[in-house]
Amino acid sequence: MAEQYPIIVLLVLLFGALLVGLSGMVDRRVCFPLAVTALSLAVVVSVGILQQVINGGVIRYFVGGWSRPVGIGIELRIDTINALVLLTITTVGLLTAIFSFRRVQEDKTEKTPLFYVLYLLLIMGLSGMVISGDAFNLYVLLEVSSLTSYALIAMGKSRRAATAAFSYIIMGTIGASFYLLGVGYLYLRTGTLNMMEIHQAILALDGSSSTIVVAFVLILVGLMIKMAFFPLFGWLPNAYSYCPSSTSCVVAPLMTKVGVYVMIRMMLTVFGTEWVFENLQYAQWLVGMAIVAILAGSVMALAQVELKKMFCYLIVAEVGYMVGGAWMANHWGMVGAIYHIMSDAFMTLCMFLAAGIFLKQAGVVRIDQLDGMFRKMPVTMAGFVVGALAMIGIPPTCGFFSKLYLIRGGMESGHWGYVVALLISSLVNAVLFFRIFEIAYFGKKPAEGHGHHENHSTVSVIKEANVSSLVPLLASAAIIVLLGIFNSDIVELIERALNGSQVIGMNVLSGKGGQG
Amino acid sequence: MPEVIQTYTPLWACLTALLAVIPILLLRKESFLREGATFVAGVVMLGFVISMVPEVLSGKVLECTLVQITEDVPIKFRVDGLGMLFALVASSLWIVTSLYSVGYMRGLKEHSQTRFFVFFAVSLTATMGVAFAGNLLTLYLFYEMLSLATWPLVTHHQDKEARGGGRKYLAYLLGTSVGFALPALIFCYVKASATGLEFSAAGFLAGTGIEGSVALVLLLLFTFGFSKAGLMPFHSWLPGAMVAPTPVSALLHAVAVVKVGVFCIIRVFTGVFGLEFLKTLDIAIVVSWIAAFTVITSSLIALTQDNLKRRLAFSTIGQLAYIILGVSLLEDRAVIGSMAHIAMHAVGKITLFMCAGAIFVATGKKYVSQMDGLGRKMPLTFIAFTIGALSVIGLPPTGGLISKFYLVTGAMDAGQPLLVTVFLVSTLLNAAYLLPIAYHAFFPKDRQLSSQPFSWKSTAEAPWAAVLPLCVTSILAIVLFLQPQVLLKLASLMVGDAG
Amino acid sequence: MGETFKANVIDHFNFWVAVVLMMIGLYAMITKNNLIKKLIGMSIFQTAIILFYVSAGVKDGATIPILEHHAAETEQVEAGEHVEGHPVANHEAHAINPDDYSNPLPHVLMLTAIVVGVATLGVALAVTQVIYKNYGTLEEDEILAKIKAAENDG
Repeated sequence: MAEQYPIIVLLVLLFGALLVGLSGMVDRRVCFPLAVTALSLAVVVSVGILQQVINGGVIRYFVGGWSRPVGIGIELRIDTINALVLLTITTVGLLTAIFSFRRVQEDKTEKTPLFYVLYLLLIMGLSGMVISGDAFNLYVLLEVSSLTSYALIAMGKSRRAATAAFSYIIMGTIGASFYLLGVGYLYLRTGTLNMMEIHQAILALDGSSSTIVVAFVLILVGLMIKMAFFPLFGWLPNAYSYCPSSTSCVVAPLMTKVGVYVMIRMMLTVFGTEWVFENLQYAQWLVGMAIVAILAGSVMALAQVELKKMFCYLIVAEVGYMVGGAWMANHWGMVGAIYHIMSDAFMTLCMFLAAGIFLKQAGVVRIDQLDGMFRKMPVTMAGFVVGALAMIGIPPTCGFFSKLYLIRGGMESGHWGYVVALLISSLVNAVLFFRIFEIAYFGKKPAEGHGHHENHSTVSVIKEANVSSLVPLLASAAIIVLLGIFNSDIVELIERALNGSQVIGMNVLSGKGGQG
Repeated sequence: MPEVIQTYTPLWACLTALLAVIPILLLRKESFLREGATFVAGVVMLGFVISMVPEVLSGKVLECTLVQITEDVPIKFRVDGLGMLFALVASSLWIVTSLYSVGYMRGLKEHSQTRFFVFFAVSLTATMGVAFAGNLLTLYLFYEMLSLATWPLVTHHQDKEARGGGRKYLAYLLGTSVGFALPALIFCYVKASATGLEFSAAGFLAGTGIEGSVALVLLLLFTFGFSKAGLMPFHSWLPGAMVAPTPVSALLHAVAVVKVGVFCIIRVFTGVFGLEFLKTLDIAIVVSWIAAFTVITSSLIALTQDNLKRRLAFSTIGQLAYIILGVSLLEDRAVIGSMAHIAMHAVGKITLFMCAGAIFVATGKKYVSQMDGLGRKMPLTFIAFTIGALSVIGLPPTGGLISKFYLVTGAMDAGQPLLVTVFLVSTLLNAAYLLPIAYHAFFPKDRQLSSQPFSWKSTAEAPWAAVLPLCVTSILAIVLFLQPQVLLKLASLMVGDAG
Repeated sequence: MGETFKANVIDHFNFWVAVVLMMIGLYAMITKNNLIKKLIGMSIFQTAIILFYVSAGVKDGATIPILEHHAAETEQVEAGEHVEGHPVANHEAHAINPDDYSNPLPHVLMLTAIVVGVATLGVALAVTQVIYKNYGTLEEDEILAKIKAAENDG
């Protein structure tokens, strides 16, 4: 049983989706418990996978028993890094599913089963993407997750949800097609689709093939669209802010992060760091673009008046953090980028959950509507504050440590521009979130002089959210702090994959790790 | 190396205030019990701190590691002479201030008192955390925690003025700590992560081979990054933060927040770089002159302020700069003086702030020009004010004299006659902006007032809970003059290690 | 020059056709005003990639990769071996020569890709319907104008 975990995590979600769809036709009320059960199982199994990887090293699972090198088998390959990312995905999925309970209660239409079918398929697609060891299989799962997210986004109540989804479809398809084309080139040159075998073939080619370069560039551009890397982010803000809350809470934390993860996987496992950093001279350019992404994302976030839009632009900046970290060609930059995938997933989750609760309880769309929230919704604000502190980078939240590692990488590799950009973005985040705190703490119109005496009597109709919304929010806040406190353990796991034989071709990076 | 004892007492001392939050929240309906909880927590905390004094005095160091948060650098508490000195000051003055805040907040019927006491306790936790921090990362963690925990206190009134003050407060404190101190911290981490960033008398940067201009930039990043110390040009949050209720100004802006700033800078000098290493680098003089400039300028500005709390705020800026100036001279006596001045100034300045608050509670007066002859109405308050003023100026019979003596002789040891002059001129300025207030309170300019005979029956002091604490602290200021040995011993422990 | 032209263009003309088709598709997706035309562009774009893969699997004079009955003496050779018939596959003397068959893997992959493409188109058309219901038009500029008008009102 235990050796089948990698496929079980996918099957649980896949059959969960099927079961939800079928039983949902009979009775809508069973959808929610079924979906939560499937996701809980997935979380449990991914914890099991993580344990297996920690104890027993890399898992190579051949679907259907078609083992490589003979055969056409699809490989699922899990090391400590993607075990961690997998756990992140399933956990975020579970928390958001719990959050969506309110939606079910209030939904008077027939769409509940459809929502959960798509939702489970989305989580399945994302989970599959991170554990797949096959470049084409990754494409299929990428499209599974993209298609479901198109549909989920288009389910938004706002009239603009459909138009946002449409432009997301167009951009997403371009991105996925570029990726597919790149994989096609790789296949032409290497004759295989298995990531490990592609890597062996590239090593054998001795870095001389221009086809490989073309393939890499195509894959990179495709992924950049998917992860909304500046300047290819145009689809993101509308798509993420007009969709239903329970959709944005899962799409915003996961889609871009998985895109970044796949890029890192391509750099580490498929093309290999020697090839990426030594044959290609792109590193400087990409770090430069990351700096622009960070600064542009921060500045645009400053200009927003809508809460969700602001978070969307922050995602653009955060993607810049990770891309820059990964391309520094430095051990700590890579560690920071991978650690930030996890921490940013939970930070974004926390932000969007809070935004969802504000929208539901108080109809808040714009930032200035948050006045007096500390008094009206203290528990929600408490969770939000933790997330915000992590975004600013205050210890001991995880946001501080991802910045610590990223900046360390930047300093060691001499990318001072990146270091400065990261600090500026931290300051901008501080301004952004304290602006919100100030509004939420003071209220909209501060009365002159001793206005505080009247504040007491203001009877508010806005009540604290119910348990099903607060549990995921507080859980994500707790995870943010726990990730920070146990960051050395997580980094140790990441390093184990980077330094050991788990990811091949880390010579370039690991050589610089010991410097002190 | 000093003897090391593993103990969790520092952690308990730190957690006492944090745990007090729970009873405070639970007892929010019973204001009497709620404040009782604050008070009990203060006493317990002081008990923990005092229980560690004998061991620290005998030259030992108490340590406890909480979590190994990154590969090399743990979250760690380490109690040495300097930390103990600061912890003693902060925890003993917390008790006094909690009593005072009961009187003040009740007297003015302030709103949201529960929130006030909660964040007060959290701030104290952060302050103790800074005092006991064993390495740079722990120090930074609690430093940031303090900035955030004090924001609701500063903006307590929730009006337009509080909003502006609070905005400035955070902009300066967070801006500099993220913009300057954090990169400096990470630079240290990159250079010296193997040392665990642990404070040591020799300085953990000493062996890393940084030199010259890099070291100077790093030193300045730290000095300006910990802008709670109010060094110019990053000082203007401090007068702005005076919009807070007076107990907050008293404890946080005379004791906790600003002293945390200078404490961090002293740590940077004595623990991060190390005095010997700084002497070989020959860069600290830059900081000395910035501090000297701050001393003179802020004293001059203080002269022009009519609002009593603002005047005290600028006086604080100047006194903080004394401390930084002292440590930047790198001479043993000057460093001892600046550490002792943390305690001496804290006691003196908290007295002055509490007097300002008591005057406001009793009469509603905020401005110096309105206080003519007030000493006849509030004799106890103004006697305490006078003692506090003497201590801040550095005149006998108050503790301020001791630390100032050490500072001035330290400056002579360093061979900096100009800086000695700075100390002396600023002392005159201190006297010029503080003594007239006390003088005119008892001997009003207004003839009519002065001709009235004084009688105890016509006095109208603030509530006893507000007056008693300021009497206690003013007596403390005199006691410190008579019995400064413990403080000086704690301070000289730090210097003795280096030599 | 003639040599390189032959090597780059004539020998690989199938790639160039694919590239031209892709560019046409991309052009339509980005510049067309009508949403349906954008989707047509998207389909062309995807089809070009499918064409690219399929043409890569073609060999001169090869046949469909299905074993015929007279190959009974090579029972021990697994079907998987044939699927591996890519350029670096081993050419050991089997009774069945992989060169006789066109490479089936790209075709199989493209079956999946076609399914994905159809599904994408389906979702996109459904979304387009919703847009038409919401705004009563499929012209992008008119939709943008309506969004702007709604924003100004709200």
